[in-house]
Amino acid sequence: MAASFGKQSLFRLSRFSCRCKTSGFLNTKLFASPLVTSGCRHSSSSAHTNSNKQESEKHETHFGFQSVSEEEKENKVYEVFENVATKYDLMNDAMSAGVHRLWKDMFLERFSPTPGTKLLDVAGGTGDIAFRFLKYVGTPVGSTFSSSASVAQSSSDDSSSSDSEGTQVENKDSFSEPDINGSHVTVCDINQAMLDVGKAKAKSMGYSSGISWVKGNAEVLPLPDNTFDAYTIAFGIRNCTHVQKVIDEAYRVLKPGGRFMCLEFSEVKNPLLRSVYDSYSFQVIPVMGQVIAGDWKSYQYLVESIRQFPNQETFAAMIKSAGFRFVNYKNLTFGVAAIHSGFKI
Amino acid sequence: MSRNCVFTQVFVNLQKMKGTLNSTHLNSFRTLRISSVISNDINNEVPSNTSHQQYDMFYPGHISTSLFQKSLLAAGSGIACLLNPARDDMLCALGETTGPLALKYIHSKMMSDSVGRQILEEKPVINTTTINLEKLGSLPDGTFGKEYWTFLKTNGFSPDARRPVNFIDDAELMYVMLRYRQCHDLVHTLLGMPPNMLGEVAVKWFEAIQTRLPMCISAALFGPIRLGPKHRRKYFDIYLPWAIRSAYNSKFLMNVYFEKHWEQDITEFRQELNLEPAPVPLIKTGKNTKTK
Repeated sequence: MAASFGKQSLFRLSRFSCRCKTSGFLNTKLFASPLVTSGCRHSSSSAHTNSNKQESEKHETHFGFQSVSEEEKENKVYEVFENVATKYDLMNDAMSAGVHRLWKDMFLERFSPTPGTKLLDVAGGTGDIAFRFLKYVGTPVGSTFSSSASVAQSSSDDSSSSDSEGTQVENKDSFSEPDINGSHVTVCDINQAMLDVGKAKAKSMGYSSGISWVKGNAEVLPLPDNTFDAYTIAFGIRNCTHVQKVIDEAYRVLKPGGRFMCLEFSEVKNPLLRSVYDSYSFQVIPVMGQVIAGDWKSYQYLVESIRQFPNQETFAAMIKSAGFRFVNYKNLTFGVAAIHSGFKI
Repeated sequence: MSRNCVFTQVFVNLQKMKGTLNSTHLNSFRTLRISSVISNDINNEVPSNTSHQQYDMFYPGHISTSLFQKSLLAAGSGIACLLNPARDDMLCALGETTGPLALKYIHSKMMSDSVGRQILEEKPVINTTTINLEKLGSLPDGTFGKEYWTFLKTNGFSPDARRPVNFIDDAELMYVMLRYRQCHDLVHTLLGMPPNMLGEVAVKWFEAIQTRLPMCISAALFGPIRLGPKHRRKYFDIYLPWAIRSAYNSKFLMNVYFEKHWEQDITEFRQELNLEPAPVPLIKTGKNTKTK
């Protein structure tokens, strides 16, 4: 069964390319799942829905190596992260032997934000990038701004109203002020369970200023145009149903001159290393998931979704096609992960 | 299956190496296209092998695993059980990954018995949808059903809490495993053992001898380490000899259609099974366990 649409989309024409395939075992599930999706998703399919059969030919995408309908993928990804939220950090450490911390540090090193940066960290629920950012720009720990002046809230009304049907802004709570230097990070994640873990961490670390939490879909950000100096997404874009849409949204919310940075698993080119890496991924990681987090399938999904994600070059082309300039990438650990970067000029 | 998948990928990698060598890097775009075409092959071929075979291949809930994954899981779950005995999912995983040989033995014993065969044919399942707990509660005192109901009630257990089987690569053996698991509380009731450490160890000895499941054997051997001094003495003096004796003397409990004996008097039922009741019954009172 064909799966990846990302790999083929070297060019922009495949932006909204989705799978229109019938597969027997899926159709039964399609009617069961309520459609909780953004409006634009079905705009193309609505034109040709007459018979039952055609209606069942909803767009398909991949969930790991399975083909699922697009709505189902969103729900399934939600489930995965709901299941693993509390064990997320422990599992990351176990699977990568702590290397993911180094990757994230290098990501910040390469990003090197200056104090005063307004950052949007998408899919950053547990705050791994956000806290590193705050540390990097020197946000003081434990500073208390008791005033509830909402900075971003006032500006979030105008332009985001256009796509308000699809957005899932449920609790736009605690928009805290920027810190003394004007640095601020907005953490956006679609998953409440992950945000809860992040918020609890922020509390225990003593951050009260410079960070705010938004629940929202990366494909339809509940945020206004031209707002942020930088956009980061670390190990998150892989889980989105429409990768290109996510990049387009990043382009929209960034100020001109703003930077897009993405840390994501990528392709190991060396065939020997790759076979070792693949054996480790498929043979060991699901077992670890079962033993540590009590969840085999979420980690099976993880290693499968890594293989489905576009490789370095293809992903760079996708970033370029969204309008970003000076797009480049850097491999980490032989390409197990890669940092992609681009500027909105 | 996943082993196949890895081999396929290695094979594809070799193909890819060949492909890139042939193209001699003259045109980087060409190599890029080659690599993306080949990685599409991975996505098109490997997924179709794995996605349908990885899960639910032999029964719903089945996760197919390689031998390597099973051994890793056995080791990992064993350690997890030692670190945290409350992780019943790890105990289950340990039972499943080490169980197939013993399960085959149980299966053959069941096949050679008429009731066992009937159970394997009908595959009865014990949970709240198949068993009317209220009805069991309304049975007269002293019946097997009422005793089971009391056991569940006093310990706050539910028959639904028994986990499904995931890692057994055979539908028939999966059912044997499930049946063993679902009958565990019934064995407790029959033996009159509360689910505290001492009672659990006695039941594990009984089950280890009857079923030969490695998980039961290791629990029977290593469980007593966690007993306190008083219980340890009682264990060696009374319960261990009794558990071994009754396990050998009684009927093979996997061949008992428990669901058909709810209304039978428990002492009569025990006699029928040639099951020797505990010499000194264990009684659970709140947190402490007393002997009469």
